[in-house]
Amino acid sequence: MHELVRTIKYEADRVPGFGEEIKSVPGCENLQSCIQCGTCSGMCPLSIYMDYTPRQIIELVRSDFKNEVLKSYTIWLCASCYVCTVECPREVHITDIMYELKQRAIHEGYYPKRFPIPVLAREFFRMVFKYGRVTENFLATTMMLKSNWKGVFSSWKLGLKLISTGRFPFKKEEIKRKDELQKILSTVDKLSIDMLGGISHLGNGTKKSNNNHNNHH
Amino acid sequence: MKYCYYPGCSVKGTGRAYEESLLAVLNALGIEYEELEDWNCCGATAYMAMDEIKSCVLAARNIALAEKAGYTEIMAPCSACYLVLNKSLRYMESSKPVAETVNKALATANLKISKKIKVRHPLDIILNDYGLDRLKKAVKRPLKEFKVAPYYGCQIIRPYSTFDDQYNPTSMDKILTALGATVVEFPLKTRCCGSSLTGTLPEPGLLCAYIILREALRRGANVISTGCSLCQFNLDGYHDKIEKKWEPVRIPTLYFTQLIGLALGIDEQTLGIHRCIVPLSATIGQPVNS
Repeated sequence: MHELVRTIKYEADRVPGFGEEIKSVPGCENLQSCIQCGTCSGMCPLSIYMDYTPRQIIELVRSDFKNEVLKSYTIWLCASCYVCTVECPREVHITDIMYELKQRAIHEGYYPKRFPIPVLAREFFRMVFKYGRVTENFLATTMMLKSNWKGVFSSWKLGLKLISTGRFPFKKEEIKRKDELQKILSTVDKLSIDMLGGISHLGNGTKKSNNNHNNHH
Repeated sequence: MKYCYYPGCSVKGTGRAYEESLLAVLNALGIEYEELEDWNCCGATAYMAMDEIKSCVLAARNIALAEKAGYTEIMAPCSACYLVLNKSLRYMESSKPVAETVNKALATANLKISKKIKVRHPLDIILNDYGLDRLKKAVKRPLKEFKVAPYYGCQIIRPYSTFDDQYNPTSMDKILTALGATVVEFPLKTRCCGSSLTGTLPEPGLLCAYIILREALRRGANVISTGCSLCQFNLDGYHDKIEKKWEPVRIPTLYFTQLIGLALGIDEQTLGIHRCIVPLSATIGQPVNS
């Protein structure tokens, strides 16, 4: 049976304070300047696949609709091509806002399980911490195994072509002073909580708006 | 002046032909460079979805290492690296708490960013430092057969580029023209290639790549030129899937540095031309049929 979906939001769906929190992040300050002209949505090469257009996301964010925004596919479809940021007549840094929303969605657990894009981001993050560099073919394989393992089979042809053209390294790239890099990165965890007023992106519980979500997509 | 060469991860792997051709061209033109010692991942795109401050710190370690070694200019060929290194510099300039956090973290490794350091793309360096006149004189084999669609992709010119127009960049067009190639009108020159979506959500990702490939053919191009390893990968690697879903749009995608190298008379092997999945011979050097 067709499932009925309510398309209008209620006041009760809001998570008060969410818009303000996003606005307080460096780079996201211009959120309030948006005039809802829709230039971003018109320019975006991926908006045709989005559940909410970029223009709608901006309005939902500043109106505190946290759950709708963080559960949307839109934030994951953003490929960071920055066309919206450059074209915006009000200088809203839409790409940066999308990044902030992705961070929130990952750290607060708002994304469909095994959804490949956040899995890629997490594995990328881990690989950089461990080795200091990323070896793309290893990253892509891990991402597929942890999200859609069937992807490994549908990509075997490409893998073979990369091997035959010498574009598939069999050894991971790494830096020499991994301990130095790890120390620098770990320092950020401690510092950002105090210095950035709790807007570190670590899901450390310092954020004011509540997590009252239950269902994923 | 010696440029500090920051390769970035992808030119060491899937995009190694970019490094091979870039270095061959720099050597041939006599542009001096040295690879940054112990450089780390720049903190690009996927990483920024995890932690923006740490992404900034990753970029900052590279910049600080370059400063410590006495460089004033970094050359970053990968467009994602180019963007993140520039973005981090801006981010630190515009936000004091960010700058303080980054510098305190760097201090744990006796590193700091205290001087102005420029992050530049090879397109910028070849066009504006080396110059078109000298480049023209260095050409040994003009690219007469080549009808090139100049494809910049997004992150070289948006949003931080200082050397080209964000809406209609022309630096690559000028370089290609100097090599004797015909540059076709290409309005999609800055449209998204699909980024990492080609691997994560193939449907929208591949559509982005397909649109660019089809338009290049429609405009009469026989080669696409790019300055980004991810763009090259997306336009070169997915022809099977694109053909199955839409139609064949086979056209080789080369790095602009490979095209410069060919015009300078450097051999194809050195330039990594054999690493293209759609070979250059698919459209170039074939007898013209009917």
